[in-house]
Amino acid sequence: MLKIENLTVFYGARRVLQDVSLEVQSGQVLALIGPNGAGKSTLVRAVSGVIPAQAGKVQVDGANLLALPAMQRARYLAVVPQAVAMPPAFSAWETVLLGRTPYLNFLGQISEKDEQIARLALQRVDALDLAERRVGELSGGEQQRVLLARALAQSTPILLLDEPTVHLDLQHQVNLMETVCSLAHSDHLAVLVALHDLNLAAIYADRVALLVAGEVKAAGTAREVLTPELISAAYHLPVRVVAHPFADAPWVLPDSN
Amino acid sequence: MTGDFDLYMKFLPYLYAMVFLLLTVILSIAVGAVSIPLADIWRVLTNRPPQVVTQAATIILALRLPRTALVLLTGAALGGSGAAYQGLFRNPLADPYLIGVASGAGLGAVLAMNAHWPYTFWGLLAVPGAAFLGALLTVLLVYSLARIGKTVPTTNLILAGVAFSSFATALTSFLMLRSTGELRQAIAWLLGGSTQAGWGPVLTILPYLAIGMGILLLSGHALNLLQFGDDQAQQLGLPVMRTRALILLAASLATAAAVSFSGIIGFIGLIVPHVMRLWFGADYRRLVPLSLLGGAAALLLSDVLARVVIAPQELPLGIVTALFGVPFFLWVLRRSKNQGYW
Repeated sequence: MLKIENLTVFYGARRVLQDVSLEVQSGQVLALIGPNGAGKSTLVRAVSGVIPAQAGKVQVDGANLLALPAMQRARYLAVVPQAVAMPPAFSAWETVLLGRTPYLNFLGQISEKDEQIARLALQRVDALDLAERRVGELSGGEQQRVLLARALAQSTPILLLDEPTVHLDLQHQVNLMETVCSLAHSDHLAVLVALHDLNLAAIYADRVALLVAGEVKAAGTAREVLTPELISAAYHLPVRVVAHPFADAPWVLPDSN
Repeated sequence: MTGDFDLYMKFLPYLYAMVFLLLTVILSIAVGAVSIPLADIWRVLTNRPPQVVTQAATIILALRLPRTALVLLTGAALGGSGAAYQGLFRNPLADPYLIGVASGAGLGAVLAMNAHWPYTFWGLLAVPGAAFLGALLTVLLVYSLARIGKTVPTTNLILAGVAFSSFATALTSFLMLRSTGELRQAIAWLLGGSTQAGWGPVLTILPYLAIGMGILLLSGHALNLLQFGDDQAQQLGLPVMRTRALILLAASLATAAAVSFSGIIGFIGLIVPHVMRLWFGADYRRLVPLSLLGGAAALLLSDVLARVVIAPQELPLGIVTALFGVPFFLWVLRRSKNQGYW
C-alpha cells in the first residue's frame, strides 16, 4: 500500500504541491487527474524522490521512501515515464534489464535470475518479440510497453505512471490501460497513474483523485469525483456528465453550447 | 539470452582491440630513426643474449619503451575519458577539448612548468597535479557558467566550454611567450609530442591514471542509466548527483594526466568512442574499456606516423591526430543525423 501524507513541494518560492495526501491500496489503480499545470508530474517526481519535498512523507510498508537512498527506494517504487527522448541505440532487452539496477552490485553484473525476471516482464506486457529491436526503431506504443516492462523488472509493490497514454493512439491507449489494470489486480500492485483523459480514468481506475493547483480537491470513486460541479470548476469549462453508453462508468463531455 | 555464441561475441571485441593494441605496440618499438627487426626486439625483451644487440637494447630500453608506454597511457586516458564525457553529457560531440577540460589542464601544467620546479620526481609530480587542478577548476567553472537553475543544458555547456577553452589556450600561449628560454620546447609540448625521454613522466602520471581509469572502468552501468536522463536514472536507483560528480572527477583526472606530459592532443577522445560505438554498440560497460584500448592503439599508431612521415624529423603528435581526426569528425557529424547508433 502506498500512503502519501501531507506532501508539500516548492519550486523556488512557488508552491506547486500543497499538503497532498493520497492512499493507494495494493491491487488498486488510482487515477490522478487534473488540468495542465495542476502538479500531476510534480507529484510523480516528488514521490519518486527526483525532486525534494519540503514537507510530508511517502510511506510503503512502514518505510518513509523519501528518507531512503535512491537504490533502496527503487526496490519499493518504479516509475513508467512518458516515452520521449529514449536513447535510440539501446535494445529493448538492454533497456528492460536496467530495471534490475536496484539489485545489482556496483559493477552492474547481471545474473541468470535477473535475465529471467526481465524476460518475464517483457512477456507480461506482450513485448518479448521486441527484445532484440533498438528502442529508437520502436513505435510510441511499443516504447511505452518496453518502459512498463522495465518498471515491472524492478519487482516493486508500487508503480507510478506519468501520463503514459499521452503520445499514443486510441488502440495503444486502451491496450496499455488494460495491461496496467490487469497487472495491478493480478500482482497486487498499488498503481498511481497520472492521466489526461478523464474518460480513460473513469473506465479503468478503481479510484480517482482530482488535483487542482497543487491541492487534492476530491478523491473517491469515478462517480464521486467526475461530477459536473467538480470538473467544471477544475477545468474552467462547463461539462456534462452522463452515464457511459455501455460501460459501468460516468462519461464526461464538454458542454460547449 | 546467453549461449556459447553470445559469450564468444561478448569477448570478441576485446580480442580485436587487444590484438590491434599489441600490433601497434610492436610497431612503436620497431619503427623510428633506427628500425629494429622483430627478432632483435624479442631478444632484447627476453634479455638473451644481451651483448649481441647492445645498440638495439639501448634504443629500446632507454627510448622506445618509455615513449611507447607514455603514448599508450595517454591514448588510453583520452579514449576512456572521451567515452565518459560523451555519456555524461549525452552528447556525441563532447570530448575533453570541447568542454575545455584539456585546455584548462594545459594551462595548469604550463603554470607549474613556469614555476621552475626542479626536474626531480617530486617536481615532475607537481605538473600532473597542477594539470588536474586546472582541469577540475575548468569543469566547475564551465559547469556553473552553463547552469540555468537546476539544469545544465548541453548546448550551454559546450558553448561555455569552447569559450573558456579559447581563453585558456590564449593565456597558455601568453605564458609561453613570456618564458623565452624554453619556448621551442614548450610549443612542441603544446602541439602534442612525447618529447620527454625516460621513465619519469610515465611513473608520475601512473597514480593519477590508475585512479581515474579505475573509476571509469567501473562506471559503465551508471553511464548506461544516465542515457535515459537524470530523472529515470534516479528512479532506477542511481544516486545521480554523486555518480555524475565521481565520473566527472575521474575523467578529468585521466585527461589531466594525459595532457601533463603529452600536450594538447585533440580528437582521440572524440574519434575512438565513436568508432567503438559504431562497431560494437552503445553499451557503456563495453564502450569504456574498448575506448581505453582503442585510444591507446590509435595514439600509438599516430605516434608511429609522426615519426615516419617526414623522417628524420618528427611531426608533432597533435598535428597527426588532427589531420586524421578532422575528416573523421566531419564524417561523424554528417552521419549522426540519420543513424541510430548514438
